[in-house]
Amino acid sequence: MTTKDDSIGSSRVTWEGCSVLLDINDGERLVFARLSPNAQLKIGKKNCSLKPLIDCPFGSVFRVDNGKDGPYLSLVVHTEEVEEGGNSIQEKEDHVTTHESKDNRAIVDNNSAQNLTGEDIEEMRRQGATGDQIIEALIAHSATFEKKTSFSQEKYRLRKQKKYAPEVLVRRPFVRRILKSIKLDNLMSDNYMRCDSLSLLLSMANITAYSDVLVVDMVGGLITGAVAERLGGTGYVCNMHLGATPYPVDIVRIFNFSNDVCERIVHCALDDLCPGQNGSCEQVQKMVSDSTNELDHMEDVPAEENTTSADVPCTTASDHEVRKSIKAGGKASEELIKSWKESGFSSLIVAAPDMDVWSIMQKLHPLLSYSASFAIYHQYLQPLADCMHNLQIGKMAIGLQISEPWLQEYQYFSFLGVVDLNILLWLSFLISISSYDWYFRRTHLSMQMSAFGGYILSGTKISASESKVQ
Amino acid sequence: MIATDPSEKLSLYRRIREGDLVIVYERHDSMKAVKVAEGSVLQNRFGVFKHSDWIGKPFGSKVFSNKNGFVYLLAPTPELWTLVLSHRTQILYIADISFVIMYLEIVPGCIVLESGTGSGSLTTSLARAVAPTGHVYTFDFHEQRAVSARVDFEKTGLSRLVTVGVRDIQGEGFPDEFIGRVDSVFLDLPQPWLAIPSAGKMLKPDGALCSFSPCIEQVQRSCETLKTKFTDIRTFEVLLRTYEVKEVRETSCQGDEGGSFKSPPRKKRQHSTEKGNVVEASGPGKIMAKPCGEARGHTGYLTFARLKCLPLKDNQVCSLRSA
Repeated sequence: MTTKDDSIGSSRVTWEGCSVLLDINDGERLVFARLSPNAQLKIGKKNCSLKPLIDCPFGSVFRVDNGKDGPYLSLVVHTEEVEEGGNSIQEKEDHVTTHESKDNRAIVDNNSAQNLTGEDIEEMRRQGATGDQIIEALIAHSATFEKKTSFSQEKYRLRKQKKYAPEVLVRRPFVRRILKSIKLDNLMSDNYMRCDSLSLLLSMANITAYSDVLVVDMVGGLITGAVAERLGGTGYVCNMHLGATPYPVDIVRIFNFSNDVCERIVHCALDDLCPGQNGSCEQVQKMVSDSTNELDHMEDVPAEENTTSADVPCTTASDHEVRKSIKAGGKASEELIKSWKESGFSSLIVAAPDMDVWSIMQKLHPLLSYSASFAIYHQYLQPLADCMHNLQIGKMAIGLQISEPWLQEYQYFSFLGVVDLNILLWLSFLISISSYDWYFRRTHLSMQMSAFGGYILSGTKISASESKVQ
Repeated sequence: MIATDPSEKLSLYRRIREGDLVIVYERHDSMKAVKVAEGSVLQNRFGVFKHSDWIGKPFGSKVFSNKNGFVYLLAPTPELWTLVLSHRTQILYIADISFVIMYLEIVPGCIVLESGTGSGSLTTSLARAVAPTGHVYTFDFHEQRAVSARVDFEKTGLSRLVTVGVRDIQGEGFPDEFIGRVDSVFLDLPQPWLAIPSAGKMLKPDGALCSFSPCIEQVQRSCETLKTKFTDIRTFEVLLRTYEVKEVRETSCQGDEGGSFKSPPRKKRQHSTEKGNVVEASGPGKIMAKPCGEARGHTGYLTFARLKCLPLKDNQVCSLRSA
């Protein structure tokens, strides 16, 4: 058993007990797993041991192969000569130019194009055929494959590869990846946060080493984890809760945080930081009860996470090798709280979807040091507009800005050698209007994207008033 | 700008001192970086400000001129710096910068290569992300620009985290001393495809690369080159829309005087309202937000890729572990 005391990001090789994100078939499914010799992953209908994944570099690709003792994960060796299917890029490109006139006019959807039956494939499997061999057989028995454009051929091959020779890519659990793995389940949920929004929050709140960062993280620990990743074991991230119970930060467990980093993640109640606010107790209670649904929902998230990866038994906390590690999100010590009361936090991030941001801001504003940067995330514009207005009127902050990020992904395909510049210019025009299918090298907008990334209110706290300054 | 030890972090105790860099904030679109020096003055349209008045005040203070004009003095951050730095080239802005840092997975301790340095807008944020133990090596082929960048990093106190080199990365590639040592590479070059093979050599296995190009043709060509050694090639565009918030008083349509349409709202600019006189006889206005009329359109395409991972021998596993 290996213990890692390195700080995050330094190890590029997996170890026993480390947490990984497994990307199955290029984004088809993302599973969080903790590596141990007994851990198993269900891919398709097969269970594979995760043992081969231990001590491999992050970024390695494994493929499900059929062995004597059933399916197992074997490392895929990428070499420059061998591209998918054994064709070199050059060959493929030549191929395209000569068959450019192909299209789908001869393809009829009558389910008779493939004359290899399910039984045939099962038989091949029994005889120990590899996934690649099955795919080649499918192509050989496809009546329409040759009539397809090479672009469609490529798509066909890829589709079959996903089914008959699924690939597993081992990824480091960085916040961006984690976000993606959560996103699959929660894309439509209110708490869904896009990668670009999160990155903006971290920038706008000026998160950097040695910062003491105050967060109100009601999105399952995503903000807490992202901030801790940026602090790298320096400073503190304090997740403040308005009621009596700390907000769940289960997402933090997915990161490969070392003990150094984990002990920098703490929680603390608002009442501990600003006592004597009895008058506002009722209000706080109200806010909490308003957000009960929210809390319930957030508690669901880790549960969902577990169901997604239920096929990985070792994800559960019963792992004894994880025992040793310090649990992130302990209670802030008295000394820490005292020091924060005296010197203030250097940054603030609020992501509390169902809470009134202005009332939170009123309470947290005094806890920030002068000139501290803050960023507040919300799904709706109005609460932020109100908050901004009040901060302006109260002369509490300057540099106030509400921003909404806009993210667009472009897809790139390459099939033809050189393309006339004019066509390209025209193409960029097409890009701007539609995702037009074009039978040569092309870049077009991705069809599926999240249309909305939420709003962020950012600003800088100013010193209360000139008269108070000695 | 970036704390090198815990004592330097921002706090309620921190006072402006001689030699500090402050961001003088006049308005959200009018700021200036100033080095505080006992005998100096700042002169602008609001009057003459004596630096000696500033010393001993906390960051975030409002300070007055001889004519009773005022400005705010803010602690510098990479975001503020991006707004005040002198543009020697086209610069990267916050939306692109934030996305790049997150996508390249830059965390404390990382070694990052950048080319070209340009005006150092991204470099400043890269430095913040790798601090306190990492380092940014940035290269520009333009000698004078590299010198100015060094002066800037000295001024912002980043010299410990950033090294500026003069080198034509498209022509010569990155220096051999970085081979296999680098976590992430950022390219902002007219012909990035010329530098991509070298970038591939510098990166650790699974290391990430980003190329920023304003034109789609550059993206096409870069992707072609990336295909041989890299995987997960993806291109994005990130933009930011900002909103303005106003207090608007509406005339409601009631009784005979109201038609079926609302009369155009009477607007009152937020900035001019003083506390206390917001509420007028007509009752409180509504807080409303709308996108700002002016926005930054296209900046550039961000193409990301990850170095393909070759299987390692046992001794390589050990060396990567300890790296």
